[in-house]
Amino acid sequence: MRILFSFIAVLALVLIAYAGVKTANLQFLFGVVVPYAAIALFICGFIYRVVKWGSSPVPFCIPTTRGQQKSLPWIAQNKLGNPSNTMEVIGRMFLEVFLFRSLFLNTKTEMTSSNRVVYGSEKFLWLASITFHYTFLIVLLRHTEFFVPTAPFFLDIIKSVDGFFEIGLPRLFLTGAVLLASTAYLFARRLYIPQVRYISLAADYFPLVLIIGIAITGMLMRYVYLTDLVSVKVLALGLLSFKPVIPEGIGPIFYVHLFLVSVLLAYFPLSKLMHMGGVFLSPTLNMANDSRMTRHINPWNYPVHVHTYEEYEDDFREKMIGAGIPVEKEGVVNGK
Amino acid sequence: MASKFSATPEELSKIDHNPPKKGWMDTPVEFKEHTFCWGAKGKNLAALELPNARDWSPADEDWKLPENWQKIFLDGMKERLGKYRSFRLFMDICVRCGACADKCHFFIGGGDPKNMPVLRAELLRSIYRRYFTVSGRMFGRAARARDLTIDVLKELWYYYYQCTECRRCSVFCPYGIDQAEITIIGRELFNLLGLNIEWIAGPVANCYRVGNHVGLEPHTITSSVEFFCDDIEDVTGIRINPTFNRKGAEILFVAPSGDLFADPGTYTAMGYLMLFHELGLDYTWSTYASEGGNFGFFTSNEMGKRLNAKIYAEAKRLGVKWILGGECGHMWRVLHQYMDTWNGPADFMEVPVSPITGTRFENAKSTKMVHIAEFTADLIKHGKLKLDPSRNNHLNVTWHDSCNPSRAMGLLDEPRYVLKSVCNNFYEMPENTIREKTFCCGSGTGLNASENIELRMRGGFPRANAVKHVRDAHGVNMMSCICAIDRATLKALMEYWVPDVEISGLHELVGNALIMKGEKERTLDLRLVPLPGKAAKE
Ligand code: HEM
Ligand code: SF4
Ligand code: SF4
Repeated sequence: MRILFSFIAVLALVLIAYAGVKTANLQFLFGVVVPYAAIALFICGFIYRVVKWGSSPVPFCIPTTRGQQKSLPWIAQNKLGNPSNTMEVIGRMFLEVFLFRSLFLNTKTEMTSSNRVVYGSEKFLWLASITFHYTFLIVLLRHTEFFVPTAPFFLDIIKSVDGFFEIGLPRLFLTGAVLLASTAYLFARRLYIPQVRYISLAADYFPLVLIIGIAITGMLMRYVYLTDLVSVKVLALGLLSFKPVIPEGIGPIFYVHLFLVSVLLAYFPLSKLMHMGGVFLSPTLNMANDSRMTRHINPWNYPVHVHTYEEYEDDFREKMIGAGIPVEKEGVVNGK
Repeated sequence: MASKFSATPEELSKIDHNPPKKGWMDTPVEFKEHTFCWGAKGKNLAALELPNARDWSPADEDWKLPENWQKIFLDGMKERLGKYRSFRLFMDICVRCGACADKCHFFIGGGDPKNMPVLRAELLRSIYRRYFTVSGRMFGRAARARDLTIDVLKELWYYYYQCTECRRCSVFCPYGIDQAEITIIGRELFNLLGLNIEWIAGPVANCYRVGNHVGLEPHTITSSVEFFCDDIEDVTGIRINPTFNRKGAEILFVAPSGDLFADPGTYTAMGYLMLFHELGLDYTWSTYASEGGNFGFFTSNEMGKRLNAKIYAEAKRLGVKWILGGECGHMWRVLHQYMDTWNGPADFMEVPVSPITGTRFENAKSTKMVHIAEFTADLIKHGKLKLDPSRNNHLNVTWHDSCNPSRAMGLLDEPRYVLKSVCNNFYEMPENTIREKTFCCGSGTGLNASENIELRMRGGFPRANAVKHVRDAHGVNMMSCICAIDRATLKALMEYWVPDVEISGLHELVGNALIMKGEKERTLDLRLVPLPGKAAKE
């Protein structure tokens, strides 16, 4: 159901764009209006979500510590798992954001036939995630070539590395294929790992199918229904300079690709894809474990009703005196 | 009505981790006997000025909720979304990658998919989506959003009292999503409706008025300690006379009250007393601040603060320079991450300095409270203790890292250093079950009752399983730890799963090994059990 829904939704999106361009000539809608709207939604939505998170304070210092704390000088601290200052926090965050350290250290729990539990290492999620994210990033960077009149310096590097194997004509870019493969794996694991299947929502399948759709349409344009890149560049530069034009000779497949990307952009701030921004704000990751060294302030800390020592002594004075425990008010009985 | 829990370890260890065919939203909660705790008594809720004080039972159809309970719950949720960035963020950014799914001891030991951390969170997230997000409001069930019905409330309650806030899931999550944080907030919401459990509310009420969870009144505390001193005299020939509520002492010592209450915690208390006596430490116990632990923390942030306030208040009244804290897990989560924020600044004290070694505890310079494992490790490193580890030779020891000191503090190598100095036979459990990946005893956060014994044995299964491994490989017969709840609960856990392994605190073993000035030749350990090869000569 959830899975089918995602496929149908993405297929519907494809058909809408295809039909819109092919039969109703809505190039301007799909080439200009929708992308602008999507970008606006993406930017505003993203900012809104981050501001919303930021508006909730962090009342307590609650890092999750993964390793030895800083205590006595002769005990080696695990600086990247249990940071005690800002520099070390940056180190920890760097490993999380750029190398997905937690996923790298993932384990897998299994029962043996003799009813014991054993824990093995589990690297596939890490491998697929990190390949997915980096190929996505590279593909994104490669697209900048459409948006600038002359190619920036990094493009040549990316392209030469990317097309290293010089297979086919036009040259096969590895990233596209790897992106597709890793996304497909992320999708497949949601089906065949029983627990992951059990927890997956439509909102988990949908973005994966959407990205698969984007990658397939992109590759179709590059290798099958060749698209006039010069015209695409005219369109892109037009969008960028707020003087949109619809050049002749761009096939419907391009509009389908663009439409799916637009949907992804618009959907982004509404969804779990916001983990991109959220990870930086996560208090269990981005705080230094220094709560005994520096007082953390809770902005909404308020006075509470406590049971004072005086009340306690009033309750137990005689027993305390009987047990030889010093009291504040020797002669007083029952609080009088 | 209640039947006795009779499942054998053999039966309990047949665990199926495959989720059922039917989706979780279509699987109604079933309150299984021996897996949940009794509801809080009205008198305890009233004593704490908590709402909806009445007697109630989770097993009853009618939970005697206020008319507008949904509104109270949702308003409470809204308030907390605005007060805790963690809560709002953790409701939003989970990608359901499943990395945390098989990390929870309750899932590993029970197989109930709703004990996968991610699904435990989804139980509440589905409410969040329904009432606080656009997509949830628009798409409802299709977006896995659902109405807050009484059945949903009961399901949430059942599973949020099957989480020990151990943070193991958080260690594995790429965004650090911490189910403990979500459970803490979930339990706050239940408390708005009077839905605490008695095993938490009772100790909290005790602690609030009497000063400690187990309800020891001042004269009982002194007589218990006196009793330990008698035993110490039997073992060492030395008479110790500790002080209570003494003004002008340099150090206030705060321990979990469990250490004064039942063995094997009491042996740990004996270890503290011997160590401090040997050092000639200028310290005092307090009967008012006689609890380091804090079951208030399992009730609400506010209740945690109300109980915790006594420690600084007493330090101020007595005029001590700094505070030393005993061996307890969640106690140290609170002291390390919350106390200063709640009840500080502790500017009326001084940066802790060990009077024996002169070490300044810079890591505690604001809170002014030092963990006894830090304190003792420093003593040993400076050669200030005379130790005879061979007195622990009859023990093959393994080390249980308690959840909170491991994952909310990182106190890992200090106790190991102490342990290795006081015993000769030490064996680590497998790598994926120790340090920050340690497994919970299965009974933390107030779940150490007796009516939920099956849950506890299941939750403790991964820990027990690792102990079994070192028992078989190295003949381990003692597991040591720095947590009072562990000392109480692991004992039962071992009796069930690995019967020949006993439990001790760290300072019990320190007490055994400590060579005291003027002591007689030791023939007994602190449990008054004859030391092999050193038995009294007839
Ligand atoms: C700490 C950094 C990050 C980690 C650990 C991380 C991890 C993940 C994981 C585990 C998934 C789920 C794959 C699945 O569905 O099973 C995912 C999906 C995704 N991430 Fe990230 N991510 C990070 C940062 C980012 C950033 C910076 C972006 C920027 C665009 C991003 C974009 C996406 C997208 C588009 C998906 C895809 C679709 C989906 O699975 O729903 N992520 N990420
Ligand atoms: S590991 Fe984190 S992101 Fe992944 S399912 Fe668990 S809570 Fe969600
Ligand atoms: S905090 Fe511990 S008990 Fe709670 S869900 Fe996470 S792993 Fe399980």
